[in-house]
Amino acid sequence: MSILKKERAFIPLAIATFLLATPVAQAATEIQWWHAFTGRLGELLDEQVATFNESQDDYAVVAINKGNYSETLNAGIAAFRASEHPTLLQVFEVGTATMMGAKGAIKPVYEVMAESEAKFEPDAYLAAVAGYYTTTDGQMLSLPYNSSTPVLFINNDALEEAGIDSSSPPATWEEVGEILTTLKDKGHECPLTTAWQSWVHLENLSAYHNVPFATKANGFEAADTELAFNSPAQVKHIETMGQWAQDGKFVYLGRRNEGGANFRSGECALFTESSAGYAGIKSEAQFDFSIAPLPYWGDVEGAPQNTIIGGASLWALAGKTDEEYEAAAAFLSFLSSSTIQAKWHQNTGYLPITMAAYEQSKGEGYYEANLGTEISIIQMTGKAPTENSKGLRLGSFDQIRGIIDEELEGVWNGSKDAQTALDTAVTRGNELLRRFEKSQR
Amino acid sequence: MLFAAIAMQKKVYFRGTWLPWLLVAPQLIITGVFFMWPAVQAVMQSTQLPDPFGLSSQYVGMENFQFLLNDSTYLESFATTALFSVSVTLMAMVPALFFAVLADSVIKGSGLYRTFLIWPYAVAPAIAGIVWLFMFNPSIGVASYYLKFLGVKWNHVLDGDQAMLLVVLAAAWKQVSYNFLFFLAGLQAIPKSLIEAATIDGASPWHRFRTITLPLLSPTTFFLLVVNIIYAFFDTFGVIHTITLGGPERDTSILVYKVFADGFVGQDLGSSAAQSVILMVLVGALTVVQFRYIEKKVHY
Repeated sequence: MSILKKERAFIPLAIATFLLATPVAQAATEIQWWHAFTGRLGELLDEQVATFNESQDDYAVVAINKGNYSETLNAGIAAFRASEHPTLLQVFEVGTATMMGAKGAIKPVYEVMAESEAKFEPDAYLAAVAGYYTTTDGQMLSLPYNSSTPVLFINNDALEEAGIDSSSPPATWEEVGEILTTLKDKGHECPLTTAWQSWVHLENLSAYHNVPFATKANGFEAADTELAFNSPAQVKHIETMGQWAQDGKFVYLGRRNEGGANFRSGECALFTESSAGYAGIKSEAQFDFSIAPLPYWGDVEGAPQNTIIGGASLWALAGKTDEEYEAAAAFLSFLSSSTIQAKWHQNTGYLPITMAAYEQSKGEGYYEANLGTEISIIQMTGKAPTENSKGLRLGSFDQIRGIIDEELEGVWNGSKDAQTALDTAVTRGNELLRRFEKSQR
Repeated sequence: MLFAAIAMQKKVYFRGTWLPWLLVAPQLIITGVFFMWPAVQAVMQSTQLPDPFGLSSQYVGMENFQFLLNDSTYLESFATTALFSVSVTLMAMVPALFFAVLADSVIKGSGLYRTFLIWPYAVAPAIAGIVWLFMFNPSIGVASYYLKFLGVKWNHVLDGDQAMLLVVLAAAWKQVSYNFLFFLAGLQAIPKSLIEAATIDGASPWHRFRTITLPLLSPTTFFLLVVNIIYAFFDTFGVIHTITLGGPERDTSILVYKVFADGFVGQDLGSSAAQSVILMVLVGALTVVQFRYIEKKVHY
């Protein structure tokens, strides 16, 4: 009797479970997307996923954060080795060569799209953005998701306080130098700082001045590429920055974007940072700020060329079912739609990935209302990219950036001169490139 | 008869071999699965050059080792590691002994003191790193703010010596608790009568400590020396990763950090495995040296 009673007590629970489970069972194909976004960006990403899931009944995307960029890539690789990988993985731009090399581990986006009925027009994407993730014969391997490019953020109040007219921002590094001197003379503690030193002051500097960062079109053409960022153009820039560091005009605060906190608090006057830093600066800065194109050296012929992107793209991993790829295709197509893109672009400061999203933002009057937000797009697309400014495709690039960070720190603290530091970084980096090339055979 | 039976029983031992094996089996299995197997795997991987996704792997013999030994920065990090390990061991053991002696003599509220002193051991290395980084952040840190008043310009982002000091402090801090626990137990095992006899003979507290306490603590000290060196060599990459990333330049890039960075950031598993084999041999040799030479000075 008592046993029966107990069993009876479970019946409502069982019914409830069944009822709750039913809608899930009906929801068709579910795919996972592992990403590296937290905080505000994570919220915006979740919002996109929720919008997609509500917009139709056939597919459900589950977005999971796996830490920062490096950790997300690692989680994806480890999961692939254990055959428990997600369908979509967000990979930062330095991981591009690693992903391209792993032919059996990825399913190129152009294939995913071709096999489904989802809308896909490769020409609709901004060439300067999509080019980074496209093969030399024009096949898109991964879908650009969040792309940015470095710009110069200026604290106008700090400049005005030092008696500098902030209405005409500096265009060249020569002009920046004069401003730094004035600021320093007026006792400013932090005239200039930067985020992502290798990306801004070597990778983009090279593209912007149309000099190679590495041979073989920065690695786009062949895997036997060699680093080449120790040529006079780069050495001169790093030497100048090193001198500014010694004079207290350039303040180094860390390898990532540690300097952002100091700029947003008003401590630093000039800040070279990704255009995606806009969202944070806009919400936190208690001062009048403006955005200017990344400065260039006026004495270099052909400068400014165009800058290159940073950020991440979405890769489809191999070994999934047709239904799962269909779901992935539908989601990627949704992400590329101009409404979603325009919103993402305006909220985050990342570049729009399609021409249509750019036009839509223009039409909405976004750029007039938010001065300076168009600069990153103009800076990227102003000139047709050359083989030096299409992007970078180098193996073991995360480690090579680590080497560059180490050597640059030697210049900033005065223990090395720029030429020695860059020569050393090139030699050490080349060893890693050869090792990567060998592992891909 | 009875006495004879008892005498016989004393000589009885288990002839079968299965029971002793069964009794030590749990430990053998744990050692095998968690220590021997990974170690063998590491040795095997160190001769391979796999691609990151594990799709293919080539046998390269000793090439991973050659690559490392030809790299001058790798050789430099041996010196960095020696400095780091010796500093961490000293900074973790000396304060621990000091606190243990103090806590041993406390009569009221000793439980409270002990709990607080043991607490930091529960903190993971990476979290400890973050806590210290917050305090010493050059622009917003509390510690660097007060150091400014003392005329110290704290910027471990560019000053290699300051960076080393900071990672040593962070790595040693949580280990102090562990050492404290063992020193305290060691102190409590010293017969009070010995100390009392010396006190009656007129030995000063320092003299008593040096000639009685310290020698009688030597087994504990030796054990902790071995454990702390192993900790400094293997368990500290989280601290380095959160505080300095091995920088500025390579001033805090210790061997185990490179194992972690190459393997888990750079996906170069072949080199990472080769480095861990080198590290394993190094620490093994160091432990043998400790047992052969330092242990002779230990009084049990």
